[in-house]
Amino acid sequence: MSEMVTIERRAAVENLLQNRDDMLVVCGLGSSTYDVYAAGDHHANFYLWGAMGGAVMIGLGLAIAEPDRQVMVITGDGEALMGIGALATVAAQKPNNLSIVVLDNGHFGETGMQKSHTSHGVDLAEIAAGCGFVGCQTIYDYDVLDAFTNKPNDPTGPRLAVVKITTDNPPRALPNVDGIYVKTRLRQWLGHQPC
Amino acid sequence: MAVSTPHIWEDDIYNAFKKAGISQVPYVPDAGHAHLIRRVHDDPDMTPIVLTTEEEGIASSCGAWLGGKKSVLLMQSSGVGNCVNMLSLVTNCNFPFLTIVSMRGEYGEFNSWQVPMARATPTSFEMMGIEVMRCNSPEEVGPTVDAALYAAFASEQKIAILLSQRLIGRKEW
Repeated sequence: MSEMVTIERRAAVENLLQNRDDMLVVCGLGSSTYDVYAAGDHHANFYLWGAMGGAVMIGLGLAIAEPDRQVMVITGDGEALMGIGALATVAAQKPNNLSIVVLDNGHFGETGMQKSHTSHGVDLAEIAAGCGFVGCQTIYDYDVLDAFTNKPNDPTGPRLAVVKITTDNPPRALPNVDGIYVKTRLRQWLGHQPC
Repeated sequence: MAVSTPHIWEDDIYNAFKKAGISQVPYVPDAGHAHLIRRVHDDPDMTPIVLTTEEEGIASSCGAWLGGKKSVLLMQSSGVGNCVNMLSLVTNCNFPFLTIVSMRGEYGEFNSWQVPMARATPTSFEMMGIEVMRCNSPEEVGPTVDAALYAAFASEQKIAILLSQRLIGRKEW
């Protein structure tokens, strides 16, 4: 609780995606989606504008379907909390190509900055550890974030990082809102034909 | 603990899954699906995904399709209401979707707590744009699942198959 929070959300996401290669990225609705788009549009991004609580499970289905590729879910504390059971479901599956990153500013940023559970002491990294994630940590500074970004996945299971971020609110960066387009674009990029 | 007797139509569902190339099967368990779930667990070409709540399986099924794989969600009627908001992912992005729902709370049900969600099950799907098909007799199950799999994955249709409690048999207390 006493750690100083200095990481800004856009810088964090830029760091996470700097060497992404062909990593597939699912991002939770709201600011996480804006952050991922602001870091550079990519056919391998699946932007959510709704389906709150679903980002981690979309990532799980994708990670199981594409076991030879890295999959990263980038979402916020509010979105992760709504789908918190998904941490248990992911831990039970143990996909070693899935990374979950929770950008945790302790607030519901899109709806008026109400405090979320993580501002009241709920620790998502501890919850993930209790679920059985092999690699889970809370990150407070850029050096540790950089190490997470550049470290290969743990061969024994999924990893989760809670990145504590400031409550800065950068201008929205809006990716295409057409879910059919974004879905088809990603599938085509992977070589799957549209129906 | 009661162990359910396998129904022959559960093998028909499994065989339709094999024919269609289903590779992910998320589920919240129900006695009506118990034999099918066991067969999925025994199949190295299928990944069973045990869920904490039904809407997780909607999201994972959409993720599977993004990666070019086919997924079918198994649940019982009592969990259908949990799915409503997450079905917006399916309809908004035009994902293929198939769920097979074992019905409780309708035919000789002792547990009245199951009844409200059973009665609201078809409406809950329909209001989110999901087509509802129903199987009342054993011989309907295989062909219905086969037809729904084809419609879902050949043309991204969204379907819920309800397996009537009359088909499954009432639970004895």
